[in-house]
Amino acid sequence: MGSYLGNTTEVQQEMLREIGFDSFDALFSHIPDEVKVKELNLPSGLSEMEALDKMEEMADKNTVFKHIFRGAGAYNHYIPAIVGSVVNKEEFLTAYTPYQAEISQGILQSIFEYQTMICELTGMAVSNASVYDGATAAAEAVAMCRERKRNTAFVSETVNPQVLRVIKTYCYGNGIHVEVIPEKDGVTDMEALKAALKEDSACFYMQQPNFYGNIEDADALGEIVHEAGAKYIMGCNPIALAILKTPAECGADVAVGEGQPLGMELAFGGPYLGFMAATEKMMRKLPGRIVGETVDKEGKRAYVLTLQAREQHIRREKASSNICSNQALCALTASVYMAAMGEKGMTQAANLCLSKAHYLQGELNKAGLKPKYGQPYFHEFVTTSDVKAEVILEALEKKGILGGLPLNEYDILWCATEKNTKEEMEQVAAIVKEVCQG
Amino acid sequence: MKLVFERGNEGNQCTILPECDVPQVELTTPKREKSLHLPQLSENELSRHYTELAKQVHGVNDGFYPLGSCTMKYNPKVNEEAAALKGFTKVHPLQPEHTMQGCMEVLKTSEELLCEITGMDAMTLQPAAGAHGEFTGLLLIKAYHDSRNDKKRTKIIVPDSAHGTNPASAVMAGFTVVSIPSREDGCVDLDKLREVVGEDTAGLMLTNPNTVGLFDKNILEITSIIHEAGGLAYYDGANLNAVMGVVRPGDMGFDVVHINLHKTFSTPHGGGGPGSGPVGCKAFLQEFLPGKQVTGTEELAFKVPEHSIGSVKEFYGNFLVVVKALTYVLTLGKEGIPAASKNAVLNANYMMEKLKDIYPMAYQETCMHEFVMTLEKMEHEIGVSAMDIAKSLLDYGIHPPTMYFPLIVHEALMVEPTETESKETLDEVIGVFREVYEKAKANPNAAHEAPVATYIRRPDEVQAARKPVLRYEF
Repeated sequence: MGSYLGNTTEVQQEMLREIGFDSFDALFSHIPDEVKVKELNLPSGLSEMEALDKMEEMADKNTVFKHIFRGAGAYNHYIPAIVGSVVNKEEFLTAYTPYQAEISQGILQSIFEYQTMICELTGMAVSNASVYDGATAAAEAVAMCRERKRNTAFVSETVNPQVLRVIKTYCYGNGIHVEVIPEKDGVTDMEALKAALKEDSACFYMQQPNFYGNIEDADALGEIVHEAGAKYIMGCNPIALAILKTPAECGADVAVGEGQPLGMELAFGGPYLGFMAATEKMMRKLPGRIVGETVDKEGKRAYVLTLQAREQHIRREKASSNICSNQALCALTASVYMAAMGEKGMTQAANLCLSKAHYLQGELNKAGLKPKYGQPYFHEFVTTSDVKAEVILEALEKKGILGGLPLNEYDILWCATEKNTKEEMEQVAAIVKEVCQG
Repeated sequence: MKLVFERGNEGNQCTILPECDVPQVELTTPKREKSLHLPQLSENELSRHYTELAKQVHGVNDGFYPLGSCTMKYNPKVNEEAAALKGFTKVHPLQPEHTMQGCMEVLKTSEELLCEITGMDAMTLQPAAGAHGEFTGLLLIKAYHDSRNDKKRTKIIVPDSAHGTNPASAVMAGFTVVSIPSREDGCVDLDKLREVVGEDTAGLMLTNPNTVGLFDKNILEITSIIHEAGGLAYYDGANLNAVMGVVRPGDMGFDVVHINLHKTFSTPHGGGGPGSGPVGCKAFLQEFLPGKQVTGTEELAFKVPEHSIGSVKEFYGNFLVVVKALTYVLTLGKEGIPAASKNAVLNANYMMEKLKDIYPMAYQETCMHEFVMTLEKMEHEIGVSAMDIAKSLLDYGIHPPTMYFPLIVHEALMVEPTETESKETLDEVIGVFREVYEKAKANPNAAHEAPVATYIRRPDEVQAARKPVLRYEF
């Protein structure tokens, strides 16, 4: 059995005696017998070697695809080598939330730097220190926008359905009414949005690029929302933000998103990163930790957790959110990623995604799949055809390729990133062609 | 030290990505107008920047970390190795089920083992942190009452000693909070509890051991008062490290529990996450669980529970954190799990005993995995506060205990040594605590000045909040 105890049995006995107990039973004797458990029905403990073997056995049961053309909320990007080396430093890895500023400047400064980069990326005035993922960021943003007489949140049908599900779950809790605005040709139906917004509308949440990869007319949507006096929330892909018009430039009140593309592994869905940024006006409604700059008693620049009057440990039931642990190490991951990539690298990644996705669509067209929508898109797009999606995807899987995500019987949501080569995409097209002609 | 934006030179850049091998496409929709300011550093400069930052962080590996209620135990290295396996890190969450059987087995095995430890019947690993678990568990309670069309149950009872997340989570889940005062000994006042329960009671949130580190012996009576009133009992697993293999929340009458893998199950806290806050429940609540449940024995499959509350997070939670916790549970097994709790309780009582002659303890009884000191008298007599003592410890390379919590104890310092510390370390630390006390008594002003040897001195938090500077301006 493995153990990480600091004391041997002999030392334990010595300690027990020193504090007046003759056994562990005596130490726990104040616990009523009727609630005590005899023995846990668990397997016996393993040595380190055996435990790792067992975990490897499970890991080996998964298929690791070398070629991935699936996104839909989790994206296969290249992660610079420096990212892992930094975030695996034991100091960052094993510290708690930086309550003690004097011995936590490294974490606090890294969060301050992260907040700055998120503000740069989104164009917004303030960012928090992270939330759990893009979906919870969207749900928290919806809660931020509620006002006494505005209790309905609208969500576009074109957002990731998983995100919508999380928003609805949070709103089942907090009582905000959620309505879905339908899509039209793969983007939000603006007329439907206009007709739906009323005096009691709190906010509208959209995704850019949307779930189908299409680029929404974010400016026009923002205008419609603001005309109704509601708040405008944009859910953004952080890589796309390097080239797309920023949420701030589109008039967003809150910008959120899934930060996983910024240096996080696919990892079967987590840990990922929810980023959240807002206008200065909404600053005190942001949930979670926020780091601010100040000075110490000798006037030296210092960083601290700040605006804590919003938070649960001070405000209890009046807090803006219950969040305590967030995703600090993932925020650090994103910072190191963005710092390593720089403006040039980020822009290059975005342009590579854009170009490769368009090349892939062209090749798939030639192979017999038709684009489902006629909209401008970023790095994802939907195809349709007379051949069943599962037939196409199975043929690709046999060759070690994870094709796009089947949306229904015939439609597939594809994704290309900088990791997909021309050769790889041509291979995909060749397989698809064979299936379509077969 | 410099910010990452204050280093490097214009145009300096790591070369990470290759040139484009397909025809380049121009964006046809509006482009960003404001240019993107990001650091411009060589890899060497970047690497040194973060190494310098890391030196200004106190992690579990840097020294004693008795942060009460946070269970800062050692984070075993094999867990990290397991979580770094490519068979886990390179799996897309939306792969076909037959290509991710291993990940599903991790989920299923973790759920089963953690259910056994907590005495629950079913579990979700979707919540990403303790507070997230609380919110999830409360939604289960809400869904249960709703399913019975029992709409009048709108109140959650929370002791005044509870962690701030409890009331905050209750409000997020749409409940109103009824706060009940604790007895002088920190335990639940049964008479007060009987007074507040009724037809509007949705449930009670409780930790046991409670937030002052004491085991509430009346637990069966407490949970039955709630059940008789028609409410459900919620167990906040913040203090589970005290009782693993000794008592189980399920056997104490709790219906829903959240646990913190980043506390009790040894996964590192990452400077504030990612954590993981699985929620376990009794069988009658399983149909409401969020996300997907893994079913089957040979070929595993996902199934959405029949009356699921939905999803509290995308995908399956902080999966790699679950991998680390599973590695830990497999390593410790049925012998090691209770052994961990026993040593945690021993270490806490040992430290308490060796300090109580000079540091007044808020409660005199045998404690569980943590204990609370109250410096009210010292503060009153010589003006040295809990904060002063905490800050003095920093100069000795010790992370301070949790300060000013729980709120019901004045000038509180809450100490949780955890089981991974040795007697040798405890003896050294006890020596430091005693020295700090003597020095503070002899020279209160020096205590107000502490720390002096840290990278920064005490920061001006008032200025930070009054004139918020939340980003670097280029």
